[in-house]
Amino acid sequence: MTERPDLKQALVRLLGPAGPEVDCDRCFAELDRYVELELAGADADAAVPGLRAHLDGCPACREEHESLKALVGGEQAL
Amino acid sequence: MSDVPAASVVEVSTTRESSTVAPLDLESRRWLDDLKSVGTTRDEAVARLHELLLRAARFEVARRRPTLPHLRGGDLDDVAFEAADDALVGVLARLDDFRGLSRFTTWAYKFAIFEAGVKLRRRAWQRRELPLEPESWSLFASTGQSPAGGAEQQELLLALQRAIAVVLTPHQRQVLVALALNGIPIDVLAERLGSNRNALYKTLHDARQKLRGHLAENGLTLDMMEEEL
Repeated sequence: MTERPDLKQALVRLLGPAGPEVDCDRCFAELDRYVELELAGADADAAVPGLRAHLDGCPACREEHESLKALVGGEQAL
Repeated sequence: MSDVPAASVVEVSTTRESSTVAPLDLESRRWLDDLKSVGTTRDEAVARLHELLLRAARFEVARRRPTLPHLRGGDLDDVAFEAADDALVGVLARLDDFRGLSRFTTWAYKFAIFEAGVKLRRRAWQRRELPLEPESWSLFASTGQSPAGGAEQQELLLALQRAIAVVLTPHQRQVLVALALNGIPIDVLAERLGSNRNALYKTLHDARQKLRGHLAENGLTLDMMEEEL
């Protein structure tokens, strides 16, 4: 069958992540720790279970995670 | 000021927030001491903090700028200043929440990025009608349709459409359609509905769980559906 990446993405947006996830408030509370663990090469997902799943399901929190990681990672690289 | 998320009870998750408090690094200790002091020391620390937050807000604005062609440079810098001002209020109000699990600057940055992100999403949708009906179904169902896969894909989509119509409450359906189908940013919808990001996400999560459950009862899972695509 022909690959339908657009439809897959639409299904993922509609049905969201399968596993347990934190909510937006918890995501905000843990985001700084999660990003620093990621940048240090540590297992951030084990330290903050459910946060990665939330980022997969919440575009706004995902954008903020990407920005914080880029900002802090950029400073560390200087 | 935007609704900065408060650390609250997690209803979506099975996880618990870490209550660990870590020993502070020297720079973070200094930030806290200065911000909790009085007089000139505090005033200078607050000014430094505002500079730091403005830098983070401008960073976020610069990242989002390509998606906001209708906003001029001056408007964007206004957004950055407003975001830094609101983030400053948020950080100072939440100083006691800082547990030292990251550097203080990383913790503070997230307030500015959050505030800037919310303001930019709202600016992008200012004066726009919010599509709250499932207007994207036709696009969703027709893009890239192949003759070979048409029937199966159509069946899957119809099952999903039926599930959305049958198992969700009107509010769940409205939120799911607006956020997941029509691509309205969650902060924009929250503002229009007089709600907040966390409450809307919980509604979206519950709707998604209901859909998954209903589809599973009918022998469909996302993995199986993906295999069909």
